[in-house]
Order: sequence, then C-alpha cells, then structure tokens
Amino acid sequence: MTDTVIRAEGLSKKFIIGHKIERDGLLREAMTAGARTLFRKGADFLRGRVTNSPGQIEEFWALRDLDFEIRRGELVGIIGHNGAGKSTLLKILSRITEPTEGRVEIDGRVNSLLEVGTGFHPELSGRENIFLNGAILGMSRAEMRRRFDQIVEFSGVSKFIDTPVKRYSVGMYVRLAFAVAAHLEAEILVVDEVLSVGDAEFQSRCLNRMSEVAGSGRTVLFVSHNFAAVTALTRRSLVLEGGRLAFDGPVDSGLAHYTASLGKTERVRNWGRGKDATLISAKLVDSEGRATENFTPGTPLRLHVVVETTGMPGMSLAVTLRDQHNLPIGFYSSASFSNVPLPTSAGRYECVLSLDPLYLAAGEYGIDLQTTSTAIVVDHRVDGAVQFFVNACNPGDVGYDFRQDQGAGHLALRLNAPLRFVHLPTANTPNLHSEQRLG
Amino acid sequence: MTVSDRPTPTRLVLAAGQADRQYWRDLWHYRELLLILAWRDVSVRYKQTVVGIVWAFIRPFLTMVVFTVIFGHIAKVTTGTSAPYAIVVIGGLLPWTLFSSILGDASSSVVGNANLITKVYFPRLIIPLATVLVVVIDFAVSLSILAGLMIWYGVVPGWQILLMPLFTILALLASLGPAIWAAAIVVKYRDFRFVIPFVLQFGLYVSPVGFPSSVVPERWRLLYNLNPMVGIIDGFRWSIIGGESPIYLPGFILSLAVTAVFLWWGIHTFRRIERGFADII
Repeated sequence: MTDTVIRAEGLSKKFIIGHKIERDGLLREAMTAGARTLFRKGADFLRGRVTNSPGQIEEFWALRDLDFEIRRGELVGIIGHNGAGKSTLLKILSRITEPTEGRVEIDGRVNSLLEVGTGFHPELSGRENIFLNGAILGMSRAEMRRRFDQIVEFSGVSKFIDTPVKRYSVGMYVRLAFAVAAHLEAEILVVDEVLSVGDAEFQSRCLNRMSEVAGSGRTVLFVSHNFAAVTALTRRSLVLEGGRLAFDGPVDSGLAHYTASLGKTERVRNWGRGKDATLISAKLVDSEGRATENFTPGTPLRLHVVVETTGMPGMSLAVTLRDQHNLPIGFYSSASFSNVPLPTSAGRYECVLSLDPLYLAAGEYGIDLQTTSTAIVVDHRVDGAVQFFVNACNPGDVGYDFRQDQGAGHLALRLNAPLRFVHLPTANTPNLHSEQRLG
Repeated sequence: MTVSDRPTPTRLVLAAGQADRQYWRDLWHYRELLLILAWRDVSVRYKQTVVGIVWAFIRPFLTMVVFTVIFGHIAKVTTGTSAPYAIVVIGGLLPWTLFSSILGDASSSVVGNANLITKVYFPRLIIPLATVLVVVIDFAVSLSILAGLMIWYGVVPGWQILLMPLFTILALLASLGPAIWAAAIVVKYRDFRFVIPFVLQFGLYVSPVGFPSSVVPERWRLLYNLNPMVGIIDGFRWSIIGGESPIYLPGFILSLAVTAVFLWWGIHTFRRIERGFADII
C-alpha cells in the first residue's frame, strides 16, 4: 500500500524498574552496586555457578510486540487503562523515546501534542510565549507570523497578550496554550489527553478545531479518557491492554471491548496481604453493577470491594478519595461512620459501598482502600486501588464545565433553594415614599 | 494515490540503536528553535533585576579589579611585558569567563529543560548550543571592559587585534566539547553538578589568567598546554598586546588538538546518551 503512513512491526519498549541506579543515577550508587554485583558474580563464579539473575533489577515491558498500520487521513483513537502503554506508544511515535525492539516506519512530518503549553515561560508575555511554544512544537517563524492573529483570536486573551503569563489565570493560560497547539500544521498529528482543559464552551471549540484538522486529510492519533471526544473525533481504535494490542477496529467496538475488559481484568495485580483482613479487588461500578472508569457527577459513587477476613472481630473498611494531585479530599470508614464491622466468620466477601451523590469536578480521581482493626490500626492498605475519571461536571445544566484543574476545588457546590436577589434600598436611593411626599 | 500533493515525503525509521542519519539535517531544520531558546534565556535572564544586562559587565570587571589588586599590586606578579597588569588580566579573564560560563551553564542545561525533553522531539544538542549563544552575548557586553581599559591606559592595539574573533571562536570550540559532554553526563549522574564548579574554580588557577604562560618553565610548557585554554588564552592576549606576549607555537597546536579531541568526544558521548534522555531524566 502506498498510502500507509505509519507501520509498526514488533514494537516493544522495556523499562528497568525498581533499580536505584537507573532512577537516581548517583555515581556512588552505581559504583557500590557495580562493586557488589562484581563481588557476587565473582563469588558465584568461584563456586562454579553461573547466575543470570540480575539482582534487584526488574524489567517491565510497557509495550510488547505491537503490529499495526495506519493509512493516510485515518483518525485513530488509542484507548487503554492507566499504564496500558498509551503514553509510551505516543512517545515513541513522536520520537521522544526509542523502542527497545521492533521498528516503526513513518512517512511524513509528525507533530505531537503531549501537553499544552510545553515550554511556556511564566516571565514572558503571551505574545512571546506563542512564538516560543510554536517553535518548540516545530512551527517555523514564518508559519507563526501567518497564524498569529488567528491564534490570539482563538485564545480570546488578546487584551492581555503583552502581559507576562505568570499573571494569567489558569483558564487564560490554558486557552492560550491550546490555541497555539490547535494551529499546529502537521501531516501526522499525535495528541495526548489535552482536550480536557478549559470550560465547556472552549472545549467544544477545541473539538471543532480538531475535527477540522482531521477533516483536512491529516492523520490523527488521539488518546483520551473522554469517550465522547474519542467517538466524535475518531473512526478506528487501538485498544491497549498491559502493553499489548488487544483490539484494532471500529471505535464503537473498541470502546465496547475496553468497557468489557474493565470487568474482566478487575485489577488482578497483587496487592499483598493484611494480617487479618485482606483486600482482594475493587472497582467502580455503575447503577447496574458493571465496571466503569467514569463517574457521572450527581449519581451515587458505587464501589465494589472484595475482601477476605480471618474472622477477627472489630475489623473495618475505610476509603480515602484523592484528587489528581493525590491530595485526600474525602474519607469514609465503615467503623467510625456507620458502625459496621467486617463479618466475624472467616471467608471472602463482596460488598458495594454506595456513597451519597457527589458533584465532583471533572478530572482524574483515585481511591485508597484500607482495612483497619479497631478503626485505628491499619491492617491492609492499598493506595490507588481504584482510579476513575469525571468527564464533565455541569451541575446546573447551563453548559458550564467545572474542572479540577481550574484550581477551585473538587466539589461543585449546589443550592438547595432557588437563588433570588432582593433589592435593598440604601440612604442614597430615595424610596417611593419620600418621592411621593416631595411631590 | 497522487504523490504531487505531498510536501517532500520523508521516510523515518524508528528502531533501537538506529544510527540516525537524519540527525544533522534535523539540527539544521530546528535552527529557529535554537535561536528562540537562546532568545528566551536572554530575555528571562535579567528579568526582575535592577541593573539588568550590566551584570554581564560587573562580574568580570570586579574579578579583574581583584586580580589586579592582589596579584598586580600586592603579590607583584611579573608579566614580562610593558602592558599594564589590568590589561594582561582582562586578556586572560575574558576568554576564561567565556569558557567557564559555557561549561557551567551548558552542563545543567539539559536537566533544566527536562520538561521539554519528555514532551517534544528535537535534536537535543540544541539545548546546550542555545546556552552557548546566551553566554556569547554576555561576552560581547564584557568586551566593553577591554575597550574601556585600553582607552584608559592608552594602549593602541596592533594588527593582531583583527585575529581576536578567531581566538574567540577557538575559545568557544574549546568550551563546547567539555560542555556538551557534561550536559549529557549530568542527566545520568547528577554528581557532576558538584564536580563542575570545583573544576572551574581549579581551572581559573591552572590557566594563565592572572599571569602570562611564559612564567611556566620551558620544559613544562608543552605539558601545560594540555589544558586547551592555555594556548587559546595566550592567543587572545597576544591579539591585544601583540608581540610582547608571544604565542608558544607547539603548545598552541597541542591546545588545538586537545580541543578537537574534546569536541569529538563531547559530541560522541552526547549522541550516545541522548537517545535515552527521556527515559532517565
């Protein structure tokens, strides 16, 4: 085929984890670890044993044997859980990192957008940052000058274009950053979760802009947790699971596959064990009990938990809700809040914690689970047991999207009575009575 | 499929250890980014400072004054020339400052731009090169000290002054090799962040900044020129004072050779480690 623009064959990427040297890169550690390895190897050799065990080194394949082809003008959504390898794939395609094995052939100029506002400098003005960011994203100066007015208009911050961006509000900053990105010219555009910024109106403008780009015959690869955006923008989907390509086909089937896999995989990773009460699995479920990664504000937050107990009395379950920065924003304890302990006969139990409707701001959230004895001593604790997303938070149905990254907290506050403004007469505004009397 | 509507098809192959033949072409393609990053650093450098770019002038000036007072007046170092000691010092200090600023700034530049490296592709050499441009601008400003001193002491330069740009370029090349090498190695081993200031402090005393290299005994001179800045500082000073501060030719050539080796080694190391920058930074 002449119009294949991306061809990946056996694409794999390995990371070394749990290895101090790789992470911190302190020379001293490299030397001592090197000496230790040398010593151990020498000792093994003297004992006549040849060891290949790499000690504390652990390999992790972020991507394994990916094969796919993408044709010119295709709009492809890349879907997968956190850690399924989406970002790694995008980083390889955008040449930020190299594959460990396999190869990719790319025909054409790739521009990638893994973050909005890459390289923005707080001290520089909006105008200067447009040129800086554009150059970083690979635009030429001539191109930038041609598009400058469009970018400023799109961003809607023209009044502050000569103000340093450190004085911008978060919203303005993000609009400006996205405006530059939205005018990126490329034959192949690689976009990570970047549409999840700004208010609803701005987001829909971004979506329109993206579909314009997509409609002009460019090839677009797009990662998002926002199903609506994926469905609206793409036709084909690649579903990644644990670094492997699990599905390649139409976007609807892809999303279905992904949703179904949420229930199946159910976080089978090893969580270790507690002394008396062990958490086995946890997932967010919808009103019909199906696993999901998306939470709709204003509905009960339903958590399906499987726990194993030795039958020890006085054990309980606690939940901590965390925001995208991993700051705790909510807490529940079955002992302290509802006085319900775990069952006192040994065995494995499932339960659904159905929490009161919350109007959570759009964004990413995590849940830590723990079992405690006598509500104080932690028995088994799993941080980040569940992760979920709120795609949009529009508490008043007025088309506003309240987002975590606006920096105004995590909860949309709601009125329980209609908002009315009653006019208060003041000393300066003569009331009807006095006027009448004067007249 | 019509081929005509495609703007210059370029086939790119990404694979492990792929010797990237496109690298140098890419570097040229991204030259605007080089200028813009340099411009960013220049315009941010003196933001919210009271005297701004004058700092580029103050630092070498004060160093010159200290050297002149301590070595020229108190220790009374002999320079073997009739030129005022201040001129001898500034002739060594300017290329040395160029060298030490480049090595100091460029070595931390890659780590300092980690946010770019993990988010966008461009030939990473651009980052240390951009810092070099910034230092060159400071250097140009500090040249005014030299001009001022020459007027003050009434020193008239000979034809040699025309060769000063050549020695400046040599000083740049001599700093570039170690700077690029350090920029890459610091990504992996942050230890070098602590090593480099020490090397620079040490280097100031083993380079002929406060004294002419002619004070070094004849039989050690060739060895002394293994420090690439020796030949270059001599040359720079010669271009100001002329015949009274002659260049020691074998040493000068040795300095150039060492410079070339460092440059090659720096680029080689950088290119080797660069592939993994995004994974280890």
